[in-house]
Amino acid sequence: MPLPRLIPCLDVANGRVVKGVNFLGLRDVGDPVELAKHYSDGGADELVFLDIAATPDDVATMTSVVAQVADVLEIPFTVGGGVRSVQDAIRIIESGADRVSLNSAALSDPTLITAIASRYGSQAVVVAIDAGDGVVHTHGGRVATTTKTIPWAVEAAERGAGEILLTSIAHDGKREGFDLALTAAVRGAIAIPVIASGGAGSAAHVVAALRIADAALVASIVHENPSGLPGLRDEIEALGIQLRPLKERP
Amino acid sequence: MSDVVVVDYGAGNTRSVRAALAHLGATSVVTSDPSTIRKSPKVILPGVGSARSAMEHLNTTGAARALRERFDDGGSILGICLGMQLALETSEEDGGVEGIGLLAGSVYRMSEGRVPRLGWSEVDPWGETYYFAHSYAAKSKDSVATSDGVIVAIERGSFLGVQFHPEKSGASGLSFLERCLSRA
Repeated sequence: MPLPRLIPCLDVANGRVVKGVNFLGLRDVGDPVELAKHYSDGGADELVFLDIAATPDDVATMTSVVAQVADVLEIPFTVGGGVRSVQDAIRIIESGADRVSLNSAALSDPTLITAIASRYGSQAVVVAIDAGDGVVHTHGGRVATTTKTIPWAVEAAERGAGEILLTSIAHDGKREGFDLALTAAVRGAIAIPVIASGGAGSAAHVVAALRIADAALVASIVHENPSGLPGLRDEIEALGIQLRPLKERP
Repeated sequence: MSDVVVVDYGAGNTRSVRAALAHLGATSVVTSDPSTIRKSPKVILPGVGSARSAMEHLNTTGAARALRERFDDGGSILGICLGMQLALETSEEDGGVEGIGLLAGSVYRMSEGRVPRLGWSEVDPWGETYYFAHSYAAKSKDSVATSDGVIVAIERGSFLGVQFHPEKSGASGLSFLERCLSRA
């Protein structure tokens, strides 16, 4: 099995990184390209960019960010937030992203998952699920739907999703640890990999998540100290989880 | 003339491969033009998309034939991910697809472990860790490396194919590409 992955997530609006990042030491505090490069050099296994404004114009803005990021990044990255159609996915992937993440668009039209997967392969399609009280939520976790979390994860996998990005709304932002029970229940119901998200506050939290899930998404724990990523990796490894070895660039 | 030809098969994302080559100081061009493919010092067959549409594009443009001629002449070709799989004879993908057929072998859908197989994994016997993202894998007697029991590199004559993405494998991937570029 591949090694567990540590994935910093960057929230982007109008082409700029927003909220939660302590930009100390970075030249351009809101530049997604510079921050991406910084995390890549610091040992991130992968990155996720979430367009949190996600207006229709944002796909064009995001496309330009994606192209710039692809030119400097030598690790894979996923883009989500504004992907509502096959056309959006094509623009994002052909600009250089490895994968797109679908959230509410996949809920309202699940055939979107299959359409993108048959064009680029399942590995290019992540389905993001914001879960709370057993059901899927939309609008950044504010609106509950009637769709049950586990059956939706199963359906997404059957339709061709290559990974589930599972966020526990109750745990998100609290920094008190991941929802391990939810993560284990969803992962146990499907055969595709799962990224645990929501609640990372320490290396021990990440380690607990990585013992269950295939990857862990981290946000504020790295954003408050972008130079602390190598240290976080060391702590995770000291707690018994092997991450990928880092080498010198040629 | 550019140092490297990156073969275009209509799938789009060749940007990362070209960025990695640029980092190593190599110029590149993206094309499916047969005569450019035959003449270039180095050819990379990249890996994004689906087998059927890739092969349709390679056959229509004449790039598939140019790659076979190039291979017969001993011209170096690096296949990445789908680009490696396309060099084999057949694939189970998309209900069955005939490949370029540079090497004997076939491509099957994986069923062990989590599929797609996503993430960083060590390659034996090379001892390096690279990034993988695939649901299909190669069956070939020309295997030169494996990872988690899956064939991840095949080599015969001037063709080297790898299942991982060197352009997405950080410093290790750049070093791999650098070695490929300096190979005679």
